[in-house]
Amino acid sequence: MNEHQQTLLEFMQQQADKLAVQTMQHIGLTFISLFFAVLVGLPLGVIIARKRKLSGTVLGFAGVLQTIPSIALLGFMIPLLGIGPKPAIVALLLYALLPIIRNTYTGITGIDAAVKEAAMAMGMSKWQILIKVELPLAMPVILAGIRTATVINVGVATLASFIAAGGLGEFIFGGISLNNTNMILAGAIPAALLAIIFDFLLSLVQKLNFRKLRRSSYALPIVLLLLSSFYFIPTAYGSKLTAGFTPEFMGRQDGNLGLESKYGLKIHTIVISDAVMYKAAYQKELDVISGYSTDGRLKAYGLVVLDDDKGIFPPYYAAPIIREDALKKFPKLEQTLNLLSGKINDSVMTDLNYRTDYLHQSPERVAKDFLVNHKLFKPARKSNEENTVRIGSKIFGEQYILANMYSMLIKGYTDYGVSTKTGLGGTKICFDALTNDQIDFYPEYTGTGLLAILQASSKTINEVTKNKDSTYNYVQREFKKQYQVSWLKPIGFNNAYALMMREQQAKSLNIKTISNLKRYLNSK
Amino acid sequence: MIKVKDVSKHFGKVKAVDTINFEVQEQENFILLGTSGCGKTTTLKMINRLIEPTSGSIFINGKNITDEQPEILRRSIGYVLQNNGLFPHYTVAENIAIVPQLLKWDKKKITNRTAELMEKLHLGSDYLHAYPNELSGGQQQRIGLARALVSDPPVLLMDEPFGSLDNVTRAAIHKEFKALDELKRKTIIMVTHDVQEAFELGDRICLMDQGKIIQSSTPADLLFKPANKFVKDFLKDQRLQLEFKAIRLLDIWDLLPNHHQEAHTSSLSTDSDLWTALEHFKFIDSETVNISKDKSEIKIVGFEQLMSAFNQYKNRQGHE
Ligand SMILES: Nc1ncnc2c1ncn2[C@@H]1O[C@H](COP(=O)(O)OP(=O)(O)OP(=O)(O)O)[C@@H](O)[C@H]1O
Ligand SMILES: [Mg+2]
Repeated sequence: MNEHQQTLLEFMQQQADKLAVQTMQHIGLTFISLFFAVLVGLPLGVIIARKRKLSGTVLGFAGVLQTIPSIALLGFMIPLLGIGPKPAIVALLLYALLPIIRNTYTGITGIDAAVKEAAMAMGMSKWQILIKVELPLAMPVILAGIRTATVINVGVATLASFIAAGGLGEFIFGGISLNNTNMILAGAIPAALLAIIFDFLLSLVQKLNFRKLRRSSYALPIVLLLLSSFYFIPTAYGSKLTAGFTPEFMGRQDGNLGLESKYGLKIHTIVISDAVMYKAAYQKELDVISGYSTDGRLKAYGLVVLDDDKGIFPPYYAAPIIREDALKKFPKLEQTLNLLSGKINDSVMTDLNYRTDYLHQSPERVAKDFLVNHKLFKPARKSNEENTVRIGSKIFGEQYILANMYSMLIKGYTDYGVSTKTGLGGTKICFDALTNDQIDFYPEYTGTGLLAILQASSKTINEVTKNKDSTYNYVQREFKKQYQVSWLKPIGFNNAYALMMREQQAKSLNIKTISNLKRYLNSK
Repeated sequence: MIKVKDVSKHFGKVKAVDTINFEVQEQENFILLGTSGCGKTTTLKMINRLIEPTSGSIFINGKNITDEQPEILRRSIGYVLQNNGLFPHYTVAENIAIVPQLLKWDKKKITNRTAELMEKLHLGSDYLHAYPNELSGGQQQRIGLARALVSDPPVLLMDEPFGSLDNVTRAAIHKEFKALDELKRKTIIMVTHDVQEAFELGDRICLMDQGKIIQSSTPADLLFKPANKFVKDFLKDQRLQLEFKAIRLLDIWDLLPNHHQEAHTSSLSTDSDLWTALEHFKFIDSETVNISKDKSEIKIVGFEQLMSAFNQYKNRQGHE
């Protein structure tokens, strides 16, 4: 509970190191990409100012680039450039391109025709006209474009944390997934300040008169390069292995914080979104990742889970949770849902997930195949529309599969109607839907119930996470007391946080547990 | 020195310039005159290759201008634009130094030459570090002229150089223009649509209409031997004043009464035009004016005598 009383300032002080690194990375990312955007955009602007026929095509293309949602653009970059700064810089560059090209173009075409004609008539070559007349006169407009691009870049660079390029997005998105306001603000406020400061500084440069401008336009590339180099300062240290953790994992006691405090694990870490993490591990860009133990990609990418020998990851056993009044309304429901209990262990769940995530089979088909194989499947009975059970699920594959299984079971074993509301954002949305009578039940995990919903104190957590049964008993008791929601029997698998490595590498380094990993890292 | 031969320029269907021919002699002031849109600017720009002709050729000193690289050609031709085209981001000194820098003069030579021109054009040296937008229109025109003259090019092209000035300023600049020794040595082609200006500054005037040359001759011939009705109508409004300006005292020398006498007071030379002589009466409180020919012969004449000589001259032109 202590964490909730912490003020923003305290959080920032406590995380000052990280904040400094992220800010530097942020500035670096912004300006490296800006530098290259100027390098590409300025000549393009000049070319289309000379060959006006091309202007429509080029400006149109750059405009289209800018309408691609930032996340999607980053996504497109990964297959081409992998993860890390490279794709982030390219994506940022593409965003910055339009204002720079457009302003160079309008700046140059807006110059008084008489001045250009005079330059030509005095015998200046095309190149001399460009350097001595067109660029200096267009400079205020070009600078306005660079200014716009800078502000855009500061904003979009927050997304760089999704693909392990660092920046203030680590705090922002870590904070969002951890529901930690201080963390969000610790990233968002400096990002906003950066935007305001750079905007202001560039507005000053823009207002300089021609004479000073001529001198400062030489300084500009130097300043850009200098700011760009910020990115590389924090990454000047290394370790034998590289870990990629999600922003959420980074901030959790049962995540990276626990790894540091309980195992004393020190590893070169980059922050990355879970969407690309597994693949990056497979492609040997990362060696250790934080994942979920039943994730289908574990199987798809040949990864193994390291044994949590000191037990820092609380158990996340899945079980349906249901409102008590729903239990009364649908007397046969409990019995039906419990049909699944104990039927799915970790490796079975991993395999089911593998089929949907990697083989792209529909959750419906995977669910039916499973039920048929385990002789649980019965064809749907005629249902009574007035008595409809509403099933919820969170927004990832495993939950879709479970929801489908439950739906088939209810249809086959009872007369109730079924409606499913799948894809309810995160834990909070799902649980709110349950308590507000929007759904009747959904599959939840004991660890999530303990930490995210009950928000137990660290003392309680330490006590009850020692084994899976004490966790289950605790959440069952507390949910009943606080929310009148009841936990049915566990399904069997434990979808906990886990550290994983490539199977081959783990074998060759002889790493089976997290302690093994630490010993390897510490050995010279 | 400059020869324009069968030159045409078409912009799509518009024949901006239509098969024109003219020659400009060395050190001549040649004026392109005509209504708006008749092709004056187009003609001028073809001479320094800002515009390439559709057909025909142009020679300077017998050399076809297309044989030379345009940048090199242009550095030997001064060009004054209608709206001056000064670089707004350069100071006056830097504007003037553009061509010398292209020609790689050393710094000292540039400074000296700039100072010399500033003095000749009556611009204080404190303007050297001003920017064009801090100058008046007339000052800007003069800087434009200085910029064109700085490397002392043998040929000067001027496109309505005094177009944007009020009448008083323009008259003052005309006077300076005529007095400037720099210009006396140059072959000048000047565009204007101001008839007065053409008559005042031109040795020969080329009257254009719709891309064609209607008549190309001395101011006096344009007045007294018009090629057609268009020429006559073009000059109609300001005819009398033009005639006074077109006739030099030498032209009517024979028609003035004989009073051979030694010169002893200040007197007008026979190179002055009749207008100047008549204006004399306005300023000098005197009944007569002294006119000297070759600094040896002098005639003392009054207003009536000048007017009667003028009328006789006109009659004679009419009967020729
Ligand atoms: N770049 C161009 N493209 C198309 N038409 C042109 C172009 N330049 C000139 N013209 C046309 O050619 C004709 C002659 O133009 P020009 O500029 O030579 O006239 P001008 O005698 O200088 O007129 P003004 O006294 O108004 O400056 C005009 O009808 C004009 O519309
Ligand atoms: Mg013109």
